Amino acid sequence: MAPRTLYDKIWDDHVAHEAEDGTCLLYIDRHLVHEVTSPQAFEGLRMTGRKVRAPEKTIAVPDHNVPTTTDRANAATMTEESRIQVEALDKNAKDFGINYYPVSDVRQGIVHIVGPEQGWTLPGMTVVCGDSHTATHGAFGALAHGIGTSEVEHVLATQTLIQKKSKNMKVEITGSLRPGVTAKDITMSVIGATGTAGGTGYVIEYCGQAIRELSMEGRMTVCNMAIEGGARAGLIAPDEKTFAYCLGRPHAPKGAKWEAALAYWKTLFTDEGAHFDKVITLKGEDIAPVVTWGTSPEDVLPITSVVPAPTDFTGGKVEAVQRALDYMGLTAGQKLTDIAIDTVFIGSCTNGRIEDLRAAAAILKGKKIKVKRAMVVPGSGLVRAQAEEEGLAQIFIDAGFEWRMAGCSMCLAMNPDQLAPGERCAATSNRNFEGRQGRGGRTHLVSPGMAAAAALTGHLTDVRELM
Amino acid sequence: MDKFTKLTGIAAPMALVNIDTDMIIPKQFLKTIKRSGLGVNLFDEMRYNLDGSEIPEFVLNQPAYREAQIIVAGDNFGCGSSREHAPWALLDFGIRCVISTSFADIFFNNCFKNGILPIVLPQDAVDVLMEDAKKGANARQTVDLEAQTVTTSDGRVFSFDVDSHRKHCLLNGLDDIGLTLEKAASIDSYEAKAAQAFPWA
Repeated sequence: MAPRTLYDKIWDDHVAHEAEDGTCLLYIDRHLVHEVTSPQAFEGLRMTGRKVRAPEKTIAVPDHNVPTTTDRANAATMTEESRIQVEALDKNAKDFGINYYPVSDVRQGIVHIVGPEQGWTLPGMTVVCGDSHTATHGAFGALAHGIGTSEVEHVLATQTLIQKKSKNMKVEITGSLRPGVTAKDITMSVIGATGTAGGTGYVIEYCGQAIRELSMEGRMTVCNMAIEGGARAGLIAPDEKTFAYCLGRPHAPKGAKWEAALAYWKTLFTDEGAHFDKVITLKGEDIAPVVTWGTSPEDVLPITSVVPAPTDFTGGKVEAVQRALDYMGLTAGQKLTDIAIDTVFIGSCTNGRIEDLRAAAAILKGKKIKVKRAMVVPGSGLVRAQAEEEGLAQIFIDAGFEWRMAGCSMCLAMNPDQLAPGERCAATSNRNFEGRQGRGGRTHLVSPGMAAAAALTGHLTDVRELM
Repeated sequence: MDKFTKLTGIAAPMALVNIDTDMIIPKQFLKTIKRSGLGVNLFDEMRYNLDGSEIPEFVLNQPAYREAQIIVAGDNFGCGSSREHAPWALLDFGIRCVISTSFADIFFNNCFKNGILPIVLPQDAVDVLMEDAKKGANARQTVDLEAQTVTTSDGRVFSFDVDSHRKHCLLNGLDDIGLTLEKAASIDSYEAKAAQAFPWA
């Protein structure tokens, strides 16, 4: 057999049917579901009298709408529309018999944090969800990507997706990262280098020493933003760190099944000489702590830079940059570290895991914030509990942060956690689009350490100066 | 799903690059549990002031483009969130075709599930169509899916590629799930095989 990439191998092991024109039915091992992109799909099943084909492989959790204040058990904390959506998921999970973590369950959280935490996500699997950040699960060497609601209904009914194979792209990060530089800076720097459409039509495999040196949580951060680079999915070959993470998780295999799984997982790597259609290489040593200045994730620069001018760009980007500077209220030539920050948001499926909270707390310990508002929203109830046990919660509270319950929160501002028009936020989330965190809100994407640094100084800050 | 065969209609020019699905339909409108009724909020924050009044400069508020059925867009249209509310909102407004140099993957897929045809053309062709669209309501473009052509109001013809399976489904308004269920035997046999090979999955 010709040498194959990791993506080729997972693909080959999941083709249930291939038509003459190359259109495949790809079998789906894990289907994650949340309240916003699923109600119409369940309604479609009811209207056609169809069932969920594999309820045991389907996992639902409400995350987008849910309030993150500690009084959220009170239904009045949700708007009528949000409440209807969450209640619809409660009912659909029950009626169709799928695995469910309701808001009241300590395991509830952001679907992309709950999946790995509970051991649903395992190497070599196909994982889909009606959410673009499904790419996160690629950190396990799983083929994971977002789908629309029609495809959610298709997977519920058939446990397959109609797919054509993507091309292979390799993103190699050589060497080691310097102190203060994180997985978030890797993934944002890659998008800065390729653009938000640079990965369109590809599945990215991240590799190289700097990727191998990342923890599983860091790898999830890297893969999470593969979608921001336009890729269908991002993945990383599993290794001993991956296996150690999975071992003992509630839904990971045990005993003889674990041994069988492990033997298979060890075959999940790109063969020597396998073909990649596109290759990008960055040196780990060259990556700096970065920040976005505009309204696209590709608008990224090292924190030591200045705001660029529209004339620094060509083509359609000239108009887009002018529009972005107007929206962001920035002037070309302004130092990024001179940008004053009103609000800090630490959380999301990109940076809402325990290591993210540890990194932020390390910067904040014993200090007070200078921004008007700062909040930490743990990625799951279990992350929250662990952070309380480790004393991190108290560090955040003492510094002046609000200590919240788990959910998507201000990453997309579907719940009450929103920016006001003109309010400027340093956020550990994944999108700085116009209006993303609230109409007129201004978002600068950063790592957890950089968010903590901005909270302490009141402006964008190079975290390395506070370490 | 409605069939898509041939369409002659007004094309609205939106040259901005990286138009994301948060722009197409902001999150506050994702709280619906229905697919319909989103057209009034299409491009909501670009289209309306905070007090709900229309922003007259926005293309779909201009008299010439209020009945547009085609959008000619800048590169990387539909990037970001997977929300299918974006094509639902476009469709509900009356848009049946979007033309650009590239589309984000999930949005592109979602269009086909809803009877919207996304067309990828090279930059020089999109430039010609963009200029043609700027002429206003009298400049109607024609999209012929069977022939795989777009024709400008003054008769210039551009050919486009489309996946054969997706073309077949659009031309006939076919339901994907129904088609897949015809292959249930293949899924059964895959599951039987996988239960042996991957018993932990």
